[in-house]
Amino acid sequence: MLPYYYNIPAISILLCMISGISIPLLSSGRRAYRLTLFVSAVVTLLSALLMYKVIPLNEYFTYMMGHFPAPWGNELSAGPLEAMMGFIFGLVMFLSLLGGSMTLFHDILPGKQKFYFTMMNMLMAALLAMTYTNDLFTGYVFIEISTIAACAIVVARDTPKTIGSTIRYLAISLLGSGLFLIGVVLLYCITGHLLMPNIQTQVLRLVSTGLYTVPLTVVAGLLFAGIAIKSALFPFGAWLPMAHGGATTASSAVLSGLVLKGYIVMLIKIFYRVFTIDVIRDLNVTNIMFACGLAGMIYGSIEAFREEHIKRMLAHSSMAQIGYIFMGIGLDVNLGVAAAFLQIMVHAFVKPLLFLCAGRLSEVYDHEKSSYRLRGSAHKDPIAGIGFTIGAMSMVGIPLLGGFAAKFYLVTSAMMNPSKLWPALITLMISAVMNALYYMPEVIAIWTRCELCTPNPVDPNPGFDYISAPVLSAGVLFLGLNGYSMIQVIQRGLALL
Amino acid sequence: MKNFFAELINDRFMIAAVLLFGLGFMNLLLQKNLIKKIIGFNVMDSSIFLFLASQGYINGRIAPIITNGVFDAEVYINPIPSGLVLTGIVVSVSVTAFFLALTVRLYGIYKTVDFDEIMLLINKEAE
Repeated sequence: MLPYYYNIPAISILLCMISGISIPLLSSGRRAYRLTLFVSAVVTLLSALLMYKVIPLNEYFTYMMGHFPAPWGNELSAGPLEAMMGFIFGLVMFLSLLGGSMTLFHDILPGKQKFYFTMMNMLMAALLAMTYTNDLFTGYVFIEISTIAACAIVVARDTPKTIGSTIRYLAISLLGSGLFLIGVVLLYCITGHLLMPNIQTQVLRLVSTGLYTVPLTVVAGLLFAGIAIKSALFPFGAWLPMAHGGATTASSAVLSGLVLKGYIVMLIKIFYRVFTIDVIRDLNVTNIMFACGLAGMIYGSIEAFREEHIKRMLAHSSMAQIGYIFMGIGLDVNLGVAAAFLQIMVHAFVKPLLFLCAGRLSEVYDHEKSSYRLRGSAHKDPIAGIGFTIGAMSMVGIPLLGGFAAKFYLVTSAMMNPSKLWPALITLMISAVMNALYYMPEVIAIWTRCELCTPNPVDPNPGFDYISAPVLSAGVLFLGLNGYSMIQVIQRGLALL
Repeated sequence: MKNFFAELINDRFMIAAVLLFGLGFMNLLLQKNLIKKIIGFNVMDSSIFLFLASQGYINGRIAPIITNGVFDAEVYINPIPSGLVLTGIVVSVSVTAFFLALTVRLYGIYKTVDFDEIMLLINKEAE
């Protein structure tokens, strides 16, 4: 008999899918909202239970769906890393919906609200499935589900601008999916398997014999390029600021905080469980990741510095942060991948916090998004102001906050690889300074009193004030204070993949 | 030379698939006309399905449906790629429907399917 917690990944995914499918039967958007919150909370609790079980035992297990063995059946696999990501996906989804609820019901037409939550549930299911899957083709299918769901939550505002930016997002995303799919198909043709451990056995056999080195490099490159396009890595991230600019606050928070990370988690899992990280390093794929990561850090920071629209500024900053993640993976040391994973976790808390707070602050001046015109808004909504300040400080890398821990371990891992030390250090330094240059004026502006401005009375949102902002801020602080323990758990988790 | 042509003929499906993939990919990336963009996406996905189906096919064997009580796997072609193609088609159709729905919405507003023109009009409205 299987231990009961082996069922948690499958139950979490199915719960989200069933809830997503049944939401159109509900009578109103409010009910759909409550059901989605409930499902996210249940997924968070289930993932917390899974973490509690697998982290102390350092256990990794595979789960056969319907007890059918390969090639007929499908498998999920989970360990400490997957459990932690499931927990973060559930929690951040819950907090983003709770914190962005006011603007959400304001921005989306009443008749379409429940379909928005259908998409949120499907997105959650796709993110969990991408994290837990042990089968490459299932991974592809859920990548496509997440693409449709992510585009749908962007277009939910139903303005010409959001439809235009969604089409751009969808077209670019489909290019990524196409590259990923052809990569999976080529790998299937070379190895004859779709389950990750089976492919790994064949890949290692091929590597030991020296056969198919070029096709394997092409496949690894195609999978990386596909995921890089979808996760907005430089030079493929032009769609991200446009998609963020018009989307409702909760969508921006989920898109930047979770969706981009889901793809990267899957890529890391593929690298470890399909190719093994040593083979990926031998194939030189990590060098391209490193170069794109560095370029993304600089480009994202410069664009964010130039941007005046606060949500687009945060989106450009996301591009820079995605660059940090790929730079960490590209450093060719195991601590670098662990630091990249910590960066994924930190960013999953920080960016939704920043988006939610920016959304609340813009409400003070009648949904004004221009950074210059948000002056003094923090005095009208101090909780959003404090949340934004904490998020910005974490982005800059102030000690005790999550951003500092992630940057600290990225620098430490860069020091372990002398050949990449200087490019990494110089770019990290430039990017950190740029972060300070565009976040700190923003923080100063929102706290500077404006005598001539005419603020609107802001509707209270207890969900944001008492739950979302404090919990997300506490998450940032927790990751900052426990950076060392987190890195230890991540490294143990990576060793199990 | 004879071997080269023999290999070309042997790999004809794969060559056609790769050419079609490139064609579809470039159309999806560069076409201004949204309908042609969607056609490009479908060509790209179909080329992958062609590739997959050709990999699953084994000369001289029959469709993987048990006939006359013969259970020997040597008689039938590999059914897995066919299953994958089926799943892929479902995904592709869903994405196409979504893409078309968005295009119809924009066409309803701007009466054009030229994406550059639409974005120009959208930006003009924003100003």
